[in-house]
Amino acid sequence: MDMRRYQAIKDRLLENRIFLSRTVILFVFMLFLVAGLLSRLVYLQVLGHKLYHNMATNNRIKVASIPPTRGIIYDKQGRVLAENLAAYSLEIIPDQVTNMTDTLQRLQVVLSIPQEKIDAFNKQKKHYKHFDSIPLLLQLNETEVAKFSVLRHTFPGVDIHARLFRHYPYAELTAHLVGYVGRINERELKVLPEAEYRSMHTIGKTGVELSYENILRGHAGYAELETNAQGKPINELGRIDSIPGADIYLTIDMDLQRTAYDALAEYNGAVVALDLDTGGVLVQVSKASFDPNLFVSGISYKDYDQLNKSKNKPLFDRVLRGQYPPGSTLKPFIALAGLENNVTHRHQSVFCPGYYQLPNKDHKYRDWKKWGHGTVDLDSAITQSCDVYFYDLALTLGIDKMSDFLHEFGFGQKTGIDLMSEKSGLLPSREWKRSQRKQAWFPGETLITGIGQGFTQVTPVQLARATGTLAKQGQVITPYLAERIIYGNRAVEIERPAQKWIELKAGNVQDIINAMVHVVHSPRGTAKKIAEDIDYQIAGKTGTAQVYTVKQNEEYDEADIEFNMRDHALFIAFAPADNPKIAVAVIAEHGSHGSSIAAPIAAEVIKQYLDVGDK
Amino acid sequence: MKVELRAEQFKEHSLIGRLLRRLHLDIPLLIGLFLLLIMSFMMLYSTGNKEIALLLRQAARMGIAGVLMIALAHVNPRQFQRYSIPLYSIGVALLVAVLLVGDVGKGAQRWLDLGLFRFQPSEMIKITTPMMVAWYLAGHDIPPKWQHIVGATLFILIPTVLIIRQPDLGTSVLVASSGASVLYFAGLSWRFLIATVLGLSALAPLYWQFFMRGYQKDRVLTFLNPEADPMGKGYHIIQSKIAIGSGGPYGKGWQGNTQSQLDFLPESSTDFIFAVFAEEFGLVGCLGLLVIYLFIIARGLYIAVQAQDTYSRLLAGSLVCTFFVYVFVNIGMVIGILPVVGVPLPLISYGGTSMVTLFAGFGILMSIHTHKKILQN
Repeated sequence: MDMRRYQAIKDRLLENRIFLSRTVILFVFMLFLVAGLLSRLVYLQVLGHKLYHNMATNNRIKVASIPPTRGIIYDKQGRVLAENLAAYSLEIIPDQVTNMTDTLQRLQVVLSIPQEKIDAFNKQKKHYKHFDSIPLLLQLNETEVAKFSVLRHTFPGVDIHARLFRHYPYAELTAHLVGYVGRINERELKVLPEAEYRSMHTIGKTGVELSYENILRGHAGYAELETNAQGKPINELGRIDSIPGADIYLTIDMDLQRTAYDALAEYNGAVVALDLDTGGVLVQVSKASFDPNLFVSGISYKDYDQLNKSKNKPLFDRVLRGQYPPGSTLKPFIALAGLENNVTHRHQSVFCPGYYQLPNKDHKYRDWKKWGHGTVDLDSAITQSCDVYFYDLALTLGIDKMSDFLHEFGFGQKTGIDLMSEKSGLLPSREWKRSQRKQAWFPGETLITGIGQGFTQVTPVQLARATGTLAKQGQVITPYLAERIIYGNRAVEIERPAQKWIELKAGNVQDIINAMVHVVHSPRGTAKKIAEDIDYQIAGKTGTAQVYTVKQNEEYDEADIEFNMRDHALFIAFAPADNPKIAVAVIAEHGSHGSSIAAPIAAEVIKQYLDVGDK
Repeated sequence: MKVELRAEQFKEHSLIGRLLRRLHLDIPLLIGLFLLLIMSFMMLYSTGNKEIALLLRQAARMGIAGVLMIALAHVNPRQFQRYSIPLYSIGVALLVAVLLVGDVGKGAQRWLDLGLFRFQPSEMIKITTPMMVAWYLAGHDIPPKWQHIVGATLFILIPTVLIIRQPDLGTSVLVASSGASVLYFAGLSWRFLIATVLGLSALAPLYWQFFMRGYQKDRVLTFLNPEADPMGKGYHIIQSKIAIGSGGPYGKGWQGNTQSQLDFLPESSTDFIFAVFAEEFGLVGCLGLLVIYLFIIARGLYIAVQAQDTYSRLLAGSLVCTFFVYVFVNIGMVIGILPVVGVPLPLISYGGTSMVTLFAGFGILMSIHTHKKILQN
């Protein structure tokens, strides 16, 4: 055989063998790899099935929160103080926006959005789910809506929604009392229950809106939505409707509120009037005020700065947080303390030369009347507001008895009104001075405490409450604002504190009330001007709270003193004196004299209230 | 062997059998391909929102690809052998042209605009590279000597590197594996084979450092830990795993693919169509699909073993091997055991170019198989 041919056949056989074995090995290797694929599939589809099934469900089913309608706030007569109006808001769903920075920049150009709104949005974004609609601009006007609508197709993920916005028709008139809602801030978001606020973008910030937040808010509902990968709902699978918040009727009488507000005229200050049958707050005016509607859609830095820095302090709630020396309005309570403690009686008289001196001391404690009141007893001391009589009485009583007695009338404590952020004022005592000031109590401090000066500080609502308690002969008045809370058609029982009484001798209280009637109705009374045109009696007491201390050998001359250094004018009153229905406390800042400025304001409120009641 | 004989007899006597023989078609391969095409239509109907136009476009492509397959089946394998060098050279030239004047699509230069249609030379080179290597090795000793191994490697590297430059990692893997498989079938020594694998593994860090692009590195990193960026780079693979896993053992049923219908799974009708398949038909369906693929591969390897000359068997083996790499790389990346590279699921994914190449490959296989007897005569 030809060697070459044999070689060729041999090669051919070798090649066949190689090729066959290679093919078989390759096929086995392929089977091995396919087994690898299969084992991975078993891992995913059998072992991991439950996990991935859940992930698939979470992928496509999203729970959207349905916002509840916030409860309406009404006054006593059913006039709307806080309502919900529909308005347009510009909202962004971050999930659907591919380039957020670019989108925001372009929106800024179209709608001239201030940078602060962008910053606020970027902060808020972190706290919401990516598929939530987050507002960028609230309460768009028609021009803005039109401008955006034309370009809507160029802004995927951005859309205009109709939402309900809080509106306060009385604006300045009820700003402190009703309060306002504002955008939920970062700090609030951290502590709020997420489920309730997912769909909501505002929360009560002050006043009734804050204190009754839980009641007004209602409960968010849910819709289970099947969505596509862009988060766009395709199908609604289920729904739990939201529960609207409760409506609240307040004890406030808007007619009276307006009267009081207008009566304060150019003065800053506070007016509080209480219904003595219930303790309900009829009037709660704090002035200067502001428009709470500014806060609803997020107040601009500029507006806020302006409000915050104004010397009138419009954001400051003077009724609950303003702390003023009570001045002479404290005298009826000091006098009653003297009677109840048996250290004086109504016929005991004191000679007033226009000043008072402590034994062996040079310092002269002045009376407001330079030449003195002459001989005064309890009744004339209150009627004419003689300081010397009360220096003497205070010294006799001593700070301890005085402090204990005033404490019962609620001085130095919160009134328990159903609003938050109330201040407690300050009732000085030996104990207080030792712990707070690290000093002993001096007799001179007892004297000035007796005329409502010195350390003592009261809030207007405290003063009204004490006046009411005095008018009701010791029946403690607890002021409140929420008269009725209504869920749908169902009124909710409001828990009121148990009735409390201060043990007082009827004759003693009557002596004080008589004297207070004289303040208004006697020809020598400090508030006699207001007694015209009424067929019932008003009991009152004027007060002047020193802002500026007159130095020894100096005289107080109004004309010389700048407005801001002038004394505050105070007045407390209740009427009718024999069957009290209403108690009022008025503070007119820098009003100088209680008699000329504060008393007419109180009289106007009282007259309007009782005249309407008569009809 | 007995079964095969009976089939041969059947072919001889039946009308259809004779017709198919005259058409140079292979029945078992046709059955396998037909099953896959049915699956493809079902999946496209399901993922394409029941859009008929989409199905018609795909059917038109299949038609063209089918015609090409039948045409190639009629060509005598000797012709392939004869034209190996020119075809390979044209392919390489076109790849160079692509790099110089190619169209940019999806950030990569892969297309050549020929006026009437756009042409992707990297598809053609998937077939011409193994042709070239098979021609080269068939002309020398089997198993190849080392100098021939070096030569063959050069023929493989030239198109591979050109495609990497486009960049198109998926296709370069397919081209390289198609060429390398020829070397394997030619009897490249095991020692050499293992040494090469080890050597390439050792070079991997260098490749990573100097040749891989940012997005390619991202894909590898994402593959290693998709949860690192679930909404970004890892999104694709996580959604794919969710779709497959939620299908469970028995699947959600045809058109029950919530994940892709709600658009959670991108590319659901192209590269990631297997995820939809797995979601709808479950593990059982996947097993069935793999069996069909294995059946086609087994038949292809049988044809290769039966081939009568060195060139034919090397080419046939390589074409089948490439087909397997397609299947393995695509499914592997969809189920998350391989990094994401752009490789479609053969004959099921929507798209024309890969289908044409694959059908061309099957045409060549059929040609090799059906011209055998004529050669004997």
